[in-house]
Amino acid sequence: MSMAALDPARAFPQAAAVGANGRTTRSGQRVLITAGLVLTALFLVAPVAVIFAQAFSRGFAAYRASIVQPETLHAIWLTAVTALIAVPINMVFGVAAAWAIAKFRFPGKKTLISLIEIPFSISPIVAGVAYLLVYGSQGLFGEWLADHDIRIMFTPAAIVLVMLFVTSPFVVRELLPLMQAQGSEQEEAAATLGATGFQIFRRVTLPNIRWALLYGTVLCSARAIGEFGAVSVVSGRIRGETNTLPLQIELLYNDYNAAGAFAAASTLTVIALITLLIKAIIERRIGGAG
Amino acid sequence: MTATVIGPLHSDDGGQFIPPPVMKAVRARRVLPGFGLTMGLTLTYLGVIVLLPLAALILKSAEIGLDGFWQVLSSPRVLASFQLTFTAALIATAINAAYGLLMAWILVRYDFPGKRFVDALVDLPFALPTAVAGVALTTLFAGTGWYGRWLEPAGIQVAYTITGVAIAMAFTSVPFVIRTVQPVLESLDSQIEEASVTLGAYPFTIFRRIILPMIAPAYLTGCALAFARSLGEFGAVIFIAGNLPFKTEIAALLIFIRLEEFDYPAASAIAAVLLALAFIILFATNVLQARWLRRREAAS
Amino acid sequence: MKRPFGIALALAASAFAFAASPAARAQDAKPAQPVELLNASYDVARELFAAINPVFAAEWQAKNGQKVEIKQSHAGTSAQARAILEGLQADVVTFNQVTDVEILHDRGNLVAADWQKRLPNAASPFYSLPAFLVRKDNPKGIKDWNDLIRSDVKVIFPNPKTSGNARYTYLAAYAYALETNGGDQAKAQDFVRQLFANVPVFDTGGRGATTTFVERNLGDVLITFESEVNGIRREYGDKGFQVIVPPISLLAEFPVSVVDKVVDRKGTRAVATAYLEFLYTDKGQDILASFFNRVHAPAVIAKYKEQFPEVRLVKVEDVFGGWAKVQKEHFASGGILDKVFVNR
Repeated sequence: MSMAALDPARAFPQAAAVGANGRTTRSGQRVLITAGLVLTALFLVAPVAVIFAQAFSRGFAAYRASIVQPETLHAIWLTAVTALIAVPINMVFGVAAAWAIAKFRFPGKKTLISLIEIPFSISPIVAGVAYLLVYGSQGLFGEWLADHDIRIMFTPAAIVLVMLFVTSPFVVRELLPLMQAQGSEQEEAAATLGATGFQIFRRVTLPNIRWALLYGTVLCSARAIGEFGAVSVVSGRIRGETNTLPLQIELLYNDYNAAGAFAAASTLTVIALITLLIKAIIERRIGGAG
Repeated sequence: MTATVIGPLHSDDGGQFIPPPVMKAVRARRVLPGFGLTMGLTLTYLGVIVLLPLAALILKSAEIGLDGFWQVLSSPRVLASFQLTFTAALIATAINAAYGLLMAWILVRYDFPGKRFVDALVDLPFALPTAVAGVALTTLFAGTGWYGRWLEPAGIQVAYTITGVAIAMAFTSVPFVIRTVQPVLESLDSQIEEASVTLGAYPFTIFRRIILPMIAPAYLTGCALAFARSLGEFGAVIFIAGNLPFKTEIAALLIFIRLEEFDYPAASAIAAVLLALAFIILFATNVLQARWLRRREAAS
Repeated sequence: MKRPFGIALALAASAFAFAASPAARAQDAKPAQPVELLNASYDVARELFAAINPVFAAEWQAKNGQKVEIKQSHAGTSAQARAILEGLQADVVTFNQVTDVEILHDRGNLVAADWQKRLPNAASPFYSLPAFLVRKDNPKGIKDWNDLIRSDVKVIFPNPKTSGNARYTYLAAYAYALETNGGDQAKAQDFVRQLFANVPVFDTGGRGATTTFVERNLGDVLITFESEVNGIRREYGDKGFQVIVPPISLLAEFPVSVVDKVVDRKGTRAVATAYLEFLYTDKGQDILASFFNRVHAPAVIAKYKEQFPEVRLVKVEDVFGGWAKVQKEHFASGGILDKVFVNR
């Protein structure tokens, strides 16, 4: 199993137990784990528990009913489809950008990295408005788009666009520190042996960065699925058409259907946990094979 | 060809900002292939998806002129909101710096029951719509909540104070530090540590002298990203903040208010300042990080 | 080498197919063909229109043999107005603020200037007013606006800078103070300032304020539209909240209009107008009243008499000289509302 290889406490038991300070290491380990778990329980588990408690506050039947209603199902479907379009695009962008930045020297690199990171710091609502300023009727391209009868805003395309914006830094940001830390000696060796760029990437780089790529993708998907602010500005919130799951949650909440809202929110939690389960399975597979 | 691959626009917005001499300088040094392709793709995509909307935003804020810009930003209420946002984001980053490092460490280095579950939980704050997170946190910390019930009699008010704002910010940016440090930690060569252990070094010494310098660039990046994200956070914060002018009113809320007034230029102006501040911080981090990397390369 | 680009291309193309489809779907409405309307509405009106839409659709089909599907979009009405100005193809708007319809005319000429004259009652098929919700048995004995500035009373209403509903509360309190102080502006401002000083938390929306009052147990009185207040009392029946309608309050209109530019382009003017006119029929008014909205049809008023206590309503036009003036003097950035709010 991969974890064994990565976990020095198991791979190198002597590091944990036989070393000069074996006992302190052991108890130190216990203290750290306990502290981490207690903090996680207080900080992450409790809010999730609140969500589930509220979701089931009217019983399981009500929980089920609020999820299987057609509008919520459509919202789940729309959210999944838009995220499935946005995430792979950002994976391609992330890998390309990380490759360019980590493997080559060029002036303006730090500026470029900072620009890539910018979407993290932008209030999602502002991001949505920025897109309106470009593609909206009164925006930069508004007239041109209207003349050609192309509508982007208030369609699923707009949702995809703002998802791309909001999640664009994730994959790069995961890959970059790792690729920089690893250097490019291996790739250069492969290149001198005559491997093509794509061969180098697939055979040498990819195996080295697969965890980071996976983390980046998972984060990217999570963020895309959960995005509310930017999507709320550009979606038009047409029920059964451009309402994503986070928007549907707000709608239910506004209807004094807090239990329904939290039930819908809990499906996001479940979706996230499933993504992560898939991640764990992939980890084990790749770990086992490699 | 890269220019036409993604998105509706042609490359005239994106590809311009690296001047040709730069490309030439690079070409002379490279051994690996793929620079033109990956860089072209990166710049085009960045131009269309990120820079174009931002340019539109800045263009909008320029409509009111320098005077108008200054008037919007120098109002005491806006300044107070910047101060609150900054302070709370700093606290949130400090929380995440400590918690994130701890979690990354125990998730990579130790084995314990439920480890995979905890590992999975870490990403949840991103997947939850921020408003849901905000409502859940307020439910916990309000006087009637699981935590507030104990904290408020003890005189600790969290909901509707800056502490609450900081906690909401910290919650929504939890994954940053953990997920940037984790891969680097996993890729670390444990033989060095192993050697130092056998040589009798104390665990903390090993951590400080060997591990910390290795993960420092990633760690710093994680913290900077968490900070940047906290600056812009809106959905989760407004539920727990109480939104009292001069006390718990964050900058993003003022942007929202300006938008409600259909005052795009003023909203864009406040957003542009937040943007510039975030950019400066990110840039500084990247400079620092590059310096570390260079020093390490020189050392090895 | 080629593969990632192929994928990206396919994805970009599919994103575009999305973009094109709604435009392709826009149809001119020949009677036999089914027609689709989009109603952009305020944030808490989902259940109301979920009740109205099928009744209208059935009636329209019986009369014209045409199937009509009404899509709903709900959000704060300023956000809705923004979206429509930027191209959201809403056939009709059913808002809770006159100014947000007005801006559709001012900024993009999407709605004709005389929109308020096209339908009865200034294009407002129903109305409401700011009213109070107090805790069980009204322990603080709150009856009227002047009780709200007592030092022992905590008041909950949303942030008037982000919530239209709270702007009505602000205006109602202001109008009350003007009346009791013989029109003295300074005294009225001081009254409102004291009211704001009693508010511990300003949620950004009406629903957030309700949560603060109900779930967080904060405040002695919640102020929002009468229709909302009654809905909350019914929703949380076990908590024994009481509705207090103050003797004087402000008329809150719920203006409706077709969006001329959109209906003319889509050819949906007839059905869109009929949809809005339906709100004025006895059938429409009955549904509106069953959601605690005050209506104009005499028969329906008689039927729901019990539900709506006597109240004297003042109008923005009479007290403040119209919405345009209110907008400029009170709500604009740096206006009276900002001053009062900041100096609380």
